[in-house]
Amino acid sequence: MTTTETMSLSLALLTALAAGLIGAFALMKRMSLAGDVISHIALPGLGLALIFDINPIIGAAVALFFGTFLIWQLEKGGKITTDVAVGVMFTAALAVGTLVTPSEDLIEALFGGFQELTTLWFVIGVACVIVIVAFIWYFRHQLIIGLFSPELAATSGINVSRINLYYLMMFSLTVLLGLRFLGALLVGALIIIPAAIGRQLTHTLTAFLAVSSAASVVSVLIGFAINRLYPSLTVGSVKLNLALGPAIISVAAIIFLFSLIRKKI
Amino acid sequence: MTKRLEVRNVSVTVDGTRLLEDVTFDLGVGERLVIIGPNGAGKTVLLKSLLDLMPHAGDIVWAPDARIGYVPQKIDADRHLPITYKDLFVSKCRVAGEPIARIGDVIRDVGISRKILDTPVGHLSGGQFQLGLMAFALIGRPNVLILDEPTASVDEPGEEHIYSLIERLQHEYDLSIIAVTHDMSFVYREATRVLCLNRRAVCVGTPEAITPDVLAELYGESQSFYRHHHHEHNAPEDGRV
Repeated sequence: MTTTETMSLSLALLTALAAGLIGAFALMKRMSLAGDVISHIALPGLGLALIFDINPIIGAAVALFFGTFLIWQLEKGGKITTDVAVGVMFTAALAVGTLVTPSEDLIEALFGGFQELTTLWFVIGVACVIVIVAFIWYFRHQLIIGLFSPELAATSGINVSRINLYYLMMFSLTVLLGLRFLGALLVGALIIIPAAIGRQLTHTLTAFLAVSSAASVVSVLIGFAINRLYPSLTVGSVKLNLALGPAIISVAAIIFLFSLIRKKI
Repeated sequence: MTKRLEVRNVSVTVDGTRLLEDVTFDLGVGERLVIIGPNGAGKTVLLKSLLDLMPHAGDIVWAPDARIGYVPQKIDADRHLPITYKDLFVSKCRVAGEPIARIGDVIRDVGISRKILDTPVGHLSGGQFQLGLMAFALIGRPNVLILDEPTASVDEPGEEHIYSLIERLQHEYDLSIIAVTHDMSFVYREATRVLCLNRRAVCVGTPEAITPDVLAELYGESQSFYRHHHHEHNAPEDGRV
């Protein structure tokens, strides 16, 4: 592996760790769908950045900033219910994003793939992962009480709205990190599926967080290996394209299926 | 008497509907204020206003040294949440700046077993869950306890246990108490003050202030009720209104 590839894989694995932790809280907060909206809102930003020849990550970051603020407002209680808003935003962002993204970049924007990673972006990426993990560690007590009962959290002196905003910002940061190799359509899955695996297999909070992170890291590792060993696979007359993002999420989904069987034993 | 809380002309309006109107009362140190009233009278709305969980008009002034513990009526927690009371108590200790050893004290005071402590909250019975909420409220050493129908999800033997626990905790922690209940025996047995609420304060005073006229105004003319003598200690269900 070249240095760039090593950096790319390392950052992907660190991102997976962050996604596992953020996802576990997303599942407990029952905001899996809101997470999909946030990740899909990145797409119009990506597309517009490509049109104007700006770094697509910056375009996605700006779009994610708006997505985060929108979901935060919805959580605080708006005039329309969250599921309606989520349903509309989810598809609208996908449609607008597809329209504005140049067609040669569309597949990569939707499904990801490793691009060149400079040392600077690697360092920024690692710093972002450290911020996310540190946030979860530092605010874990506030988060735990908040997801049990926002009212009890508020009466315990916790600023629930502020913690929710911080959490959503960390969620968006995780999406941003995952976008590079998973794309706007699949990045949400790396946050939710490993957490779903963790929930199936564990009964305690610590184990849940550990299994969720581990499942996420293992999915990326196996997905990466499949992509490297078999970039394409011919079964009979059908040629399969084992792209990185879809390979990772398929591995995660298979582990989830096994976790369902394991649970029943 | 030193006041813990002063409530002056508090009104709550949500989407144009007046849920509380011009409610005024005080709570002194060591007092036990019981709030009664029919469903939809605004009892929970009042408690949430006191806790600053709801926007309201009027003045709610807590004493500077007031430390409030809140025991909600129910919690809409996910049944599958992999969180135990142990997790929650540890988190509450950290947030409240209390040592983790405090957990041992509150579970002894409330009577929670280690097994309950390690069971995910969604798997606990109504009574166990309620005891956990009481213990959670006691971390942070409150001097005011606000209870919203503490026995709503508890069976009858459990009710008696919860009521005697509240009595005991009040003495041990030197608490002022504000409790919403439908249980008139609790009112006559425990309350030093009563607030009869039906969107507005129908009466504020000692339990003796609850006259048949007041009850008729609160619950409607047709409602029959059974009044305990002040010193009786009957089973709580006898006094339900």
